Amino acid sequence: MMQPLQSSALLVRPATSARNAERANARASTPAATDAPKMRAEGLKAFFGNVEVLKGVTLPVEEKTVTAIIGPSGCGKSTFIRCLNRMHEVVQGARVSGKVLLDQQDIYGTDVDPVRVRRRVGMVFQKPNPFPTMTIRENVLAGLKLNGIRPKDPEELVERALRQVALWDEVKDALGRSGTSLSGGQQQRLCIARSLALEPEVLLMDEPCSALDPIATARVEELIHELRERYTIVIVTHNMQQAARVADFTAFFYLGELIEYDSTDVIFTGPSEKRTEDYITGRFG
Amino acid sequence: MTRDRRRKLVDGAVRVLCLLATALALVPLGLVLFYVASRGIGGIDAAFFTELPKPVGESGGGMANALVGLACLFGIPPGVLAGVYLAEFGNHRFAKLVRFSADVMSGIPSITVGIFVYTLIVLRTKSFSALAGGVALAVLMLPTVTRTTEELLRLVPESLREAALGLGVPKWRATLRVVLRTAAPGIATGIMLAIARVAGETAPLLFTAFNNAFWPTGLAQPTASLPVQIYTYAVSPYDEWHRKAWAAALVLVAMVLLLNVSARLLVRHRVRSR
Repeated sequence: MMQPLQSSALLVRPATSARNAERANARASTPAATDAPKMRAEGLKAFFGNVEVLKGVTLPVEEKTVTAIIGPSGCGKSTFIRCLNRMHEVVQGARVSGKVLLDQQDIYGTDVDPVRVRRRVGMVFQKPNPFPTMTIRENVLAGLKLNGIRPKDPEELVERALRQVALWDEVKDALGRSGTSLSGGQQQRLCIARSLALEPEVLLMDEPCSALDPIATARVEELIHELRERYTIVIVTHNMQQAARVADFTAFFYLGELIEYDSTDVIFTGPSEKRTEDYITGRFG
Repeated sequence: MTRDRRRKLVDGAVRVLCLLATALALVPLGLVLFYVASRGIGGIDAAFFTELPKPVGESGGGMANALVGLACLFGIPPGVLAGVYLAEFGNHRFAKLVRFSADVMSGIPSITVGIFVYTLIVLRTKSFSALAGGVALAVLMLPTVTRTTEELLRLVPESLREAALGLGVPKWRATLRVVLRTAAPGIATGIMLAIARVAGETAPLLFTAFNNAFWPTGLAQPTASLPVQIYTYAVSPYDEWHRKAWAAALVLVAMVLLLNVSARLLVRHRVRSR
């Protein structure tokens, strides 16, 4: 279904390139100390039992940008982002070695509580998963309520979160309905709103559009564009056009290794690795 | 052509056999219900539920409820919690042991449980008591409640647990407020069925709560229950008591039936609301 991209440069929004250039300039002019990325994986390995699914990945995640992780199925891209908020270890028999720095601090440090990490680094999953026993309103507030936090102005918070994901106008008269009564695309946006209500610093998205139709996908992508003004986003996608459309930086994973990481236009127009090029042009994967 | 005819013939024959077998299985149920209803209906009046048994008189009505209530108190919390442990935290050898014991326990004859509680409580306190009866029924409920809870928690999709954990919710809270809440209607159904099962138990009560012709004044006293009352009346030589036994049996069957039906309605309602 994936067509070879003859002129993949066309897929990259001019805005993205301009943005990257700007960023590069900004980086060149700022001192190195403040230049540290928002997150950084260092020699990150992940295992399921004895199987090594990530073989030592080192990758920065720049603040307030969108970083896309692409690669064929089973290349470890989902595992990678699950390591970024310590969700990998939730699975029985799964473990991690190496470092993941969040604002220079290792989230796998011995004194770090995974629960705290997950409040700072939110996650949106492949399949929309609103809580079926809760209403739309309760779903938005779930992160706070379940953590025992009482928001000062819940109504305002619900509206703000739902407006951020462009769902407010569609559901404002039905906030009392079950979260699962919405369509798939709406459910996914509700899940994003649920994560945003906790005001995370980083938002991880694990193939957020793979269960959605093209129209819903377009809406979520639009949303990602808006969200990167305020959040640092890492998105896993098996859809290369999507990566080209939404991401500032793209990392190509293959068989548990990071093959190449660069700004999205470089990856899609002039990758330095043969394997990246083969994958981008649809020769395998 | 002949092959086709043969196939259709076999198909028809098997269908008739299945129908017959189903009918055969339903006959005893129908007969019991019909017999209990026709014999018991005459003995039921308002006094049947409110007055104390007379020498040759009525039976106590509410006692089974009291015992079952106690059983729920002792049986449901540990049962549900054990189920939560097995489904959410139990991946060790200990969990296997717990699961295996629960399975064995559900196969233990109820009279054995009666004797167990007799030696455990009745002999020590030197008295039959409602407490002992409640414990005996609770022990009978425990494995059913545990295993039902476990099974239903396993049906809760993994994605919901991840959603909660991904929001930075501690595991215990995610289990309690998301997983358990999602499975709650199903677990409630399982508990109702467990209650319905122990409500008719006689054997363990003979050794524990025994019987009492008067209103019990405390949990430490022998207490009447419908099943034991039925047993006592049924083996007596008096016609009047036999009639009361039938009436009590009808009340018991109706209660169990009501529990079962409401459990099923609960499930159907849940399915429809999805």
